[in-house]
Amino acid sequence: MVSNQSTINFSSWDGTLSSHEFYLAARAFADKWKRFNPAFPQWSWVPRPKLPWTAADEVDGYLSLENVFLPRSTEEDHDKINLTGEEGPSCSNMDEPIDNATLVQNYGCELHHYDFHILYSSSYRVPVLYFRAHCSDGQPLVLDDIEKDLPANSGKVLMESKWTFITQEEHPHLNRPWYILHPCGTSEWIKLLFMTEASLSKGGVAVEQYLVSWFSVVGQVIGIRIPFEMLNNCGPL
Amino acid sequence: MDRGTEAQKYIWEGAIPLQIHLHESEVTTLPPPPPALILAPRIGYLPLLVPLIKPFFSSTLPPGVDTVWFDYKGLPLKWYIPTGVLFDLLCAEPERPWNLTVHFRGYPGNILTPCEGEESIKWSFINSLKEAAYIIIGNCKNVMNMSQSDQVELWCSVMNGNLEAYLRISSKLKLGPGGDEFSVKLNSSSSLKSRQSALETDTTGPVKTGRIPVRLYVWSVNEDFDDLEDAPHIDNWDKISYINRPVEIHGEDKYFTLRDAVKTLLPEFFAEKSLSDDEISMPEVGDERGLPSEDANSMRSAEEAGETMCQRVESCCPSDNAEIKLLRIQGIEPKLEVPFAWVVNNLMNPEHFLHICVYIKVPEPVAM
Repeated sequence: MVSNQSTINFSSWDGTLSSHEFYLAARAFADKWKRFNPAFPQWSWVPRPKLPWTAADEVDGYLSLENVFLPRSTEEDHDKINLTGEEGPSCSNMDEPIDNATLVQNYGCELHHYDFHILYSSSYRVPVLYFRAHCSDGQPLVLDDIEKDLPANSGKVLMESKWTFITQEEHPHLNRPWYILHPCGTSEWIKLLFMTEASLSKGGVAVEQYLVSWFSVVGQVIGIRIPFEMLNNCGPL
Repeated sequence: MDRGTEAQKYIWEGAIPLQIHLHESEVTTLPPPPPALILAPRIGYLPLLVPLIKPFFSSTLPPGVDTVWFDYKGLPLKWYIPTGVLFDLLCAEPERPWNLTVHFRGYPGNILTPCEGEESIKWSFINSLKEAAYIIIGNCKNVMNMSQSDQVELWCSVMNGNLEAYLRISSKLKLGPGGDEFSVKLNSSSSLKSRQSALETDTTGPVKTGRIPVRLYVWSVNEDFDDLEDAPHIDNWDKISYINRPVEIHGEDKYFTLRDAVKTLLPEFFAEKSLSDDEISMPEVGDERGLPSEDANSMRSAEEAGETMCQRVESCCPSDNAEIKLLRIQGIEPKLEVPFAWVVNNLMNPEHFLHICVYIKVPEPVAM
């Protein structure tokens, strides 16, 4: 499936990766994100606390990007997202000028904070996006609210497949309900994605590229676009 | 026609006697309503009992909309874990009847995923079945492409505990043997092929029969206890490590046992010691005398065996190591040398996952 050089050989590949490959891909993705999105909030690797019965060499953990603001969009273009960190929230998308005095009362819920985690699913052997959202006042957002923040097309799919597209499940590391993008189709579309790329001619692609390609699709579901250069640049390999 | 194995029948008929109390904050009448006594199927889910429980309490509830949830000694119960697994996990020493508290108001949405009644449970079940299918055969097309009527029938068979109907529908999914051959090898594709059914659709890609869907619940205890009766109470889900990882079987000819399976899931625990197969005495699964409600006799012998096992483990491992206090599946503690294929085929839940509860004693507090 995957050779020692951490490249994916297409001949027998089913679109999945091992947990160790996920770790490699996750680190590469976070590094690349930093390089191409230095002004945005950064992904960080959160290791799972070591348990006494797990193997010492096991890399268990997840990628985390927290406190991303998705201002409630009232415009047609749902795809554009204001990716800003906590330090500099730019609420420039508001049509109405914001009166700070009434911000809490009237606009308290305009800014939606999103937390995104990327976990590895041992069952599906693919990355899974976990997310949750809350208003500035700490009130968690229900799926109906989240739906309004999603690109129009995602909202449509959500209506059609309520139980199989975005579902609320337990975050395996945090023991709390989070939303997930259901991973059952991931390996299929990942395979298609990689097969049609130029890398096909080379007979393989770097494992490090996996999460970048994955997020280029998954990010669009939630309205985050990654810079084109990030996709284009295949890294050191 | 496949009528299921003896063990499967016991599990499908197995039920836990519940004594359900209404939470005092929701009692608006005097005297308070008496608790409801009810048999909860092992393979079922707690919210499915609500239509049976509601009449006991409806006259005393405060006004409002029902958002039903259960707790055991203050611990909110996760509705998507089968009732039998909750019982095995949270009652070290089985409590009969099992005293639960029901709440019709104030759903703890920060701890539990929301439950919109039967529809939520059905989809949680179907999504688990999809996950299991993906693990076993590498895709979930068979589950996704089920006809609407088959889907309904499958779900009803689980809700009603109808094993024969279940086997008839689920055999179409070709998720592996459900047969009673003790020596079935999980990794031999012939066992799959032998169960062709009328609705034949070719599976694409390689058949991966070497992966078994397992959900493992590990409770790590710091305090030592000799008797399960003295086991501390689990008051927080953070004390349970949930490991959702398939067991991968390598090697065609190896006689793969339950111990081998546990070893792949908890490698560190088995790293330094080798438990000898014949020295651990555990009750025979086949000796179970199944009753509609759980058999107290088997529980007693299981407890004794648990003690034997603990002694054995203690005598063969360094004191600074973690030790397995208890390994429980479907209310019994199977011998670790039982072939894993038998355990899976007979003790798995209808969504094709084998739920294993393990108590591990760790020497010092673990930061979780």
